[in-house]
Amino acid sequence: MYPQVLFKNRKPDRITTIEEYQQNGGYEALAQVLKNKSVKQVKQVINDAVLLGRGGAAFPSGVKLETVAENAPFPRYLVCNADEMEPGTFKDRVLIHADPHQLIEGMILAGYAVLAEKGIIFIRPEYENAARILEREIDIAKQAGFLGSNIMGSGYSFNLDVHRSGGRYICGEVTAQLNALMGKRPNPKQPPPYPTEKGLWDQPTVIQNVETLCCIPHIMKNGADWFKNLALTKGAAGTKIFGISGKVNKPGCYELPLGVRLSEIIEKHAGGMTAGSEFKACLPGGASTRFLTKEFYNIEMDFQTLKNAGHRLGTAAIMVFDHKTCMVGATLNLMEFFARESCGWCTPCREGTQYIKDLLWRIENGQGEESFIPLLKKICKYLWNAYCAFAPGAVSPVESLLTYFEDEVMEHIEQKKCPFKT
Amino acid sequence: MLPIELKESLKTRIEQSSHPKELVVDVMMAVQEHYGYLSDEALDESAQLLNLPPMELEEIATFYTFIYREPVGRYVIHVCDSVVCWMNGAESIQDYLCRKLEIKPGETTKDGLFTLLPVCCIGYCDRSPAILINKKVYGELTPGKLDSILEKLRKEAE
Repeated sequence: MYPQVLFKNRKPDRITTIEEYQQNGGYEALAQVLKNKSVKQVKQVINDAVLLGRGGAAFPSGVKLETVAENAPFPRYLVCNADEMEPGTFKDRVLIHADPHQLIEGMILAGYAVLAEKGIIFIRPEYENAARILEREIDIAKQAGFLGSNIMGSGYSFNLDVHRSGGRYICGEVTAQLNALMGKRPNPKQPPPYPTEKGLWDQPTVIQNVETLCCIPHIMKNGADWFKNLALTKGAAGTKIFGISGKVNKPGCYELPLGVRLSEIIEKHAGGMTAGSEFKACLPGGASTRFLTKEFYNIEMDFQTLKNAGHRLGTAAIMVFDHKTCMVGATLNLMEFFARESCGWCTPCREGTQYIKDLLWRIENGQGEESFIPLLKKICKYLWNAYCAFAPGAVSPVESLLTYFEDEVMEHIEQKKCPFKT
Repeated sequence: MLPIELKESLKTRIEQSSHPKELVVDVMMAVQEHYGYLSDEALDESAQLLNLPPMELEEIATFYTFIYREPVGRYVIHVCDSVVCWMNGAESIQDYLCRKLEIKPGETTKDGLFTLLPVCCIGYCDRSPAILINKKVYGELTPGKLDSILEKLRKEAE
C-alpha cells in the first residue's frame, strides 16, 4: 500500500466532514502559513516541490503563481478548474466528493500565495452534486473562520464562490473558461496577455486544476522534499490520482505514486483485465493523449517518462481497450466527441475535426480507401495550426491510430467492413 | 411571464453582483427551470433582467449543452456516448431507451415526460454505461435497471 495523501480521508460512501478533516490535520497548513510564512515563501515551497499541474498540461504550479507580479494590481482572482470534461476523466469529481475541505484549504493557500481576494470554482453541470457539496462546505468553512475577512486574525481575506457552467468541453481551456466566467461566449483567446496578468475582468487571475490545488495543503504542511520523495521515479514529484476505466475489473480512482508502472496499475490496483480480455492499448491520460500499446505496458507513469517516449500523461485518466475492441471504432468515437465539442471559432478545428470524423466513419463502415491514410495524416498536421490546443489534442488519438494500428485500418479498407463486427 | 418572486430574487442577485454579466448562465438556467426550456419569451426576459441585448444571450444559450432552446420533456435523459460508455454498451442502452420510449434521439415522448439526448462524457466512466436524468446520474446500467428507473419516474410524475 502506497502512502495515501489526497485520499487519506476518503470513505466508501460519504464525504469527509470538516471535523474529520481537522482531526486528521486539515487546516493546520493554513494556520501555519498565515502565521509564519510570507507569500514569497509559499511560492518557493510549491516551486521546490515541483508540483506540476494535474489538469493535463503539467505546467509547474509554482511558476504559474510566480507569474503574478508582486506589484500586480488588485483585486486578484484564483479560479479552480473543475470543468473536467475529457472522456475518461473523473478524478476531480471523486476528489471533491471524498474530501471537499482539502480543495477549499488548497484554494485559500493558493489564493494567499498571490494575495487573491476571491476564489471561484468553475464546475460543469454534470457535477451538480459536487457543486452543492462545495457550496455547503464553503459555508461551513466560513463559519469556522477559514474563509471571509481577516482569516484567523492574519489580515488576509478570501472568499469562495461556485460558478456553474452551461456545459461545453472548451470551457476547460483556461482562456475560454475566463470568457465563460465573464458571461461571454466561451471561445479561447490567444495570449498575451496571459491570465496571470490580465484575466478575469482584466485583473490578474490564476487558474489551477482541482487535484493541483488539493496537493497544496500537504506540500505546505510536510515540505517540498517530502512531496518529491512520494514519487517513485527521479525528477517526478508527488502522488497522482489515476482514474482507470474500460476493460478492467475494478474501474475507479487510485492514488499512486508518480512513476508507478502501467502494468501494476492495471493488474494490481484495477483488478486486472476483465474475463476474456487481453490488453491491446490504453489512452494514458484522457481523450487527447496518444494510444499506449503493449510495448509500453511496463512504462513508468510519470510526466517526463511518457514525454520521453513521445506520449503525454495528461490527466492520468487511463482508458483500457482490449483485443476485441476496434481501434478505428474507438478513434471514431473520440473524433465524434471532438467534432461535437469544437467551439467552431477557427476553421482548421471546425472543419478539420468533421473531415477526420467523416473519413474514419467511412473506414469503419466499409467505404474506406487506401488514399484516406495519407489524407488523414495531412489533415491531422493542419490541425496543429488551429487557434488553441483543442485541435492538437483531438488529433492525438488519430495520429497514434495511424502509427500503431495502421494494419487494423488497412484491414477495414481491404475487407470493406469492420473486422470486429460479425 | 416569470413569477414576481423569482424575478425579484434574480434581480436582487444581479444588483448585488459587482459583475452582473457573470450571472448570464445562472439567470438563463433559473428561467429555463421555470418554463421547462428557454423559449424566445424566456430568453427575452432573461436579457431584460440582465440588461443585455437578446442576441448576446442567444449566442451563449445556443452554445451550451444544458440550455435548451426547444421544448423538452419533464425528464431529460442524457445518454453518455463517450468512448468508455461506448466500449461498455452505450449504443445498446440508447437503442433500448429508443424502443422503450418509442422516440429517436433528440425527440420527446408523446406524453411530454421524457426527452432523449446523447451527451459527451459525463464523468462517470467508473460506472459506465451511465446516463444523467435531470442532472442525476444512473450508472452500471442494464435494461432491467432502465425499466425500473423509467417506472419510478413515471410514478413520480403522476
